Amino acid sequence: MKLPSLRVNAIAATLVLLAGFALVFFYAPLDADQGFIQKIFYLHVPLAICSLVGFVVGGLLAVAHLRTGDSRWDARSYVAIHLSIIFGVGVLITGSIWAKASWGKWWVWDEPTLVSFLIVFLLYATYYPLRYAIEDRDRQARYASVFAITAGAFVPLNFVAVRMAQSLVHPRVFATANGGLPGSMLLTFLVCLAGMGLLWLALVRFELAAKSASASLSRLRRALEGEPEIPTQGSRIAPAAPPSAPQVTT
Amino acid sequence: MRRPSSLSALRAILAKDLRVELRTLQSVPAMALFAVTTFVLFRYGLDREALSGSLAAGVLLATVLFAAILAINRLFVAEREEGGFDARLAPVDGTALLGAKAASLVIYLLVLEVIAVPIFGLFFLDSWSGIPPLAGVLVLADLGLAATGVLISSIAANSRARDLLVPLILLPLLVPVMIAAAGASQDLLAAGGPSYGGVAKWLAVLAFYDMTFAAVGFAVYDYLLED
Repeated sequence: MKLPSLRVNAIAATLVLLAGFALVFFYAPLDADQGFIQKIFYLHVPLAICSLVGFVVGGLLAVAHLRTGDSRWDARSYVAIHLSIIFGVGVLITGSIWAKASWGKWWVWDEPTLVSFLIVFLLYATYYPLRYAIEDRDRQARYASVFAITAGAFVPLNFVAVRMAQSLVHPRVFATANGGLPGSMLLTFLVCLAGMGLLWLALVRFELAAKSASASLSRLRRALEGEPEIPTQGSRIAPAAPPSAPQVTT
Repeated sequence: MRRPSSLSALRAILAKDLRVELRTLQSVPAMALFAVTTFVLFRYGLDREALSGSLAAGVLLATVLFAAILAINRLFVAEREEGGFDARLAPVDGTALLGAKAASLVIYLLVLEVIAVPIFGLFFLDSWSGIPPLAGVLVLADLGLAATGVLISSIAANSRARDLLVPLILLPLLVPVMIAAAGASQDLLAAGGPSYGGVAKWLAVLAFYDMTFAAVGFAVYDYLLED
């Protein structure tokens, strides 16, 4: 599968997100119950969906890494999880703001989706200490992949368990996208979701490109200074050198 | 040389682990002592002399969960210190090691519960009628603890921050176990005697959790050992 270039991806993300926010403020109707604050829905829910999908994608990329042994898949898995964690911070902050505005408290335990998200977030937050506690690069990649797969399986299971623990489900102020959301709200939501997904993808690809560029740079610098080629050790995560890395002779 | 079958390898590793534990008494007595002390802490932390329902379930299960962390931390100590991990001396497959370690962890936890649950009953419960059905909940919870515990313990055993990583990674992973086991136990330990209405649902969640992580462990465990 050939993706369009990173530049096209980034421009598309910007345009779709701008269009989405324009729709949020100028097109989507005010919610009858919650009024203006409900508009945070168009930011909060796409962030949450992208973050959760990103976690699961990280697990699938980790499967690809374990199957092929190619460390580029590990780098992709790492970056996918890394950006999903950053999006996750956004989810928790926007969710907290929304809870304060609609229920008067910064945190509510009877909103199962938000609570599940917190648990998933706490689990993935341990991904960094895990990675950086393992010295050997190859082993680090394998163990991180095992974690990513385990945690990826945990995400849906945890949502089921937390939802079942609710003695009474909090009355949903509005139905979710597949329920009774009016068409104009649904359209706005879908545009925002598409924009957020494009943004996630663009950021993932940007970080991968930056990592690969800095790896080639340090390789070139070492070659220039005439130092012997040392395989990068320790906790740096960088995709493996392409087989035809330019050799600089001095 | 004939490659030993997985089952006989599993049995051998399990027997080795249990013999080591019987001779050194490193894990189970520590877990039991920890559990009893934690009960005393809860007695003052909550300022209650008797517990029932959700409070009883929470105290018992939080204690078992934290005591389990002690054993999970020590599960691979011998392998790490004696180098049995890197170059497994016998050519057995990873599944045998996974199964043996999970089995020994389940046995430790069952022994712990045989000691700790009666003490818990003695300390806090007015009626013991909920204890026999509680056994089923605890067994399913132990299987879940073993499935995730072995996986995380083997990851942590090969890292620098090993004692730190086990609780850090394991506790969020165990939240569903806590939700389901506490959900089932609070009905069983209810003040007016056990009720069984909501228990089946939670047992199903526990069984599903156990199977999911057993399958994940089975699928990925070889990658934790290959070097």
